Amino acid sequence: MSDHAHPLDLNTDLVEALLVRFLRAEAGKFGFERMVLGLSGGIDSAVSAALAARAFGPANVLGVMMPYTTSSSASEADARTVAATLGIRLDKVEIGAMADGYLSMAPDADRLRRGNVMARCRMIVLYDRSVVERALVLGTSNKTELLLGYSTQFGDAACALNPLGDLYKHQVVQLARHLGLPRVVIDKPPTADLFEGQTDEGELGFSYAQADAILHALVDERRTLEEVVGLGHARPLVERIAARMAANQYKRQPPLVAKLGERTVTHDFRYLRDWGR
Amino acid sequence: MTRIVLAQIEPALGDLRRNLALHEAEVAAARASDAQLVVFPELSLTGYFLKDLVAEVALATGEGPLARLAELSRDITIAAGFAERARDGRVYNTLGLFEDGRMVGAHRKVHLVTYGMFDEARDFAPGERFRAIDSKLGRFGVLVCEDMWHLDGMWLHFLAGVDAILACSASPARGARAGEAQPRSQRTWTTIQDAAAVLTQSHVVYCNRVGCEDGIVFGGGSRVVGPDGVEVARLDGLEPGRLACELDASLVRRVRTITPLRRDEKPQLVLRDLRALEDAEEA
Repeated sequence: MSDHAHPLDLNTDLVEALLVRFLRAEAGKFGFERMVLGLSGGIDSAVSAALAARAFGPANVLGVMMPYTTSSSASEADARTVAATLGIRLDKVEIGAMADGYLSMAPDADRLRRGNVMARCRMIVLYDRSVVERALVLGTSNKTELLLGYSTQFGDAACALNPLGDLYKHQVVQLARHLGLPRVVIDKPPTADLFEGQTDEGELGFSYAQADAILHALVDERRTLEEVVGLGHARPLVERIAARMAANQYKRQPPLVAKLGERTVTHDFRYLRDWGR
Repeated sequence: MTRIVLAQIEPALGDLRRNLALHEAEVAAARASDAQLVVFPELSLTGYFLKDLVAEVALATGEGPLARLAELSRDITIAAGFAERARDGRVYNTLGLFEDGRMVGAHRKVHLVTYGMFDEARDFAPGERFRAIDSKLGRFGVLVCEDMWHLDGMWLHFLAGVDAILACSASPARGARAGEAQPRSQRTWTTIQDAAAVLTQSHVVYCNRVGCEDGIVFGGGSRVVGPDGVEVARLDGLEPGRLACELDASLVRRVRTITPLRRDEKPQLVLRDLRALEDAEEA
């Protein structure tokens, strides 16, 4: 498949310019020029790191590897390759003791709960490091993930700025190539690396290519479910993805505030975050 | 020849003081380059996604920052955007033209944009007319952003015989498909500007803002097109900048002589047809 054959293909020069502009402007308004992010060895964090390195200079980006005791050593090796390629600073914080401190008191925790605890431990580390670094926490959730709700609320989804949130997985891969990231990171199957042998596509039960195409048709092109089925997608899959998108809307919103007065935070107290900046 | 400067600035959201300082600096630079007119983007004094801030930054005629702009206009004409609080309490998305120490005219945005990421009709009242503004530099037709996406404003300005359309916007960059050099939004803008210039046989002076508000990146791309549809000058990229060029009155005259569109226009026919349309709808 050629680079320009896919309907989701982007003008990567333009996207890079827009995202670098976004990062500089939004960090600058709040007096920040440094970023800290979790570097997993996967493609999403690699692309976020690369964009931050271009926006602020590699010396102003800190990638933090945060392996749990069961995390794959290959992930760490890939994270080191990414950091070396970009020239960003790299640190390692083992979250084993931290996560097990709690998990030892929750022996019945299943995979999902354990994975969420790990993701939230990493969030705690990043937000703490961001204070020391005088940096903002940089997000790594792409649009496919956000729409599917395939992330841990207040865990890996927590950040100050997210340059990837309007890019489908396919587009993240395209941008990764454009940014010259290592092939090993681009080509390997995406994984949350919360347990051995886990892959995103294995866990989701469908491929990112399928999810991207269906979500793009529903969300961006505003096609009806029937129309998306008409494009050649299996009805059960389209229904499943649409249901998943709706069911996870809560993850994409601030907590609900019960309305009592005339002007209520999150309802009709309408100011941008950039208020006065 | 009229020497103009487009000030493609990055206003701060809801900070009148900082934005006024930005205007002062741009006016000083334009004056130093011997320009006669300096054009700012839509809502240049306030920033764009104001929401509840509209009530807090709206200015009555002659109030603080507007008085200052008037004062700055003693030896240079200034077109700048602000939230205008009318006597009756309505707030408009307005572009004012300041000249010889006073505001000589203003256009209240007619076509408020209220879809997708935009919610203007929630916060502003719509303007109710398109009137050309006479300046010592010529006759200007002002259109604010979405006003350019409808035929009515540019057509009425054409009938009024404007020399130039001042089109000011706060337009975010959207769409970045492979194989397309510019964002989709910017290409559409270019098409509209070219068409407006050709159909009205006027200069189109388009000033857009840059910068970012809550993750939305404004697209810049300020640009001037001649009455023959040929681009006079443009700014590329997403950064603040100044675009200096000249509006050629002789070219306007010659284009209109060669192709006398205005002579052959039939506004009375349109008026009759609009009335017939209205009667048919009422029947």
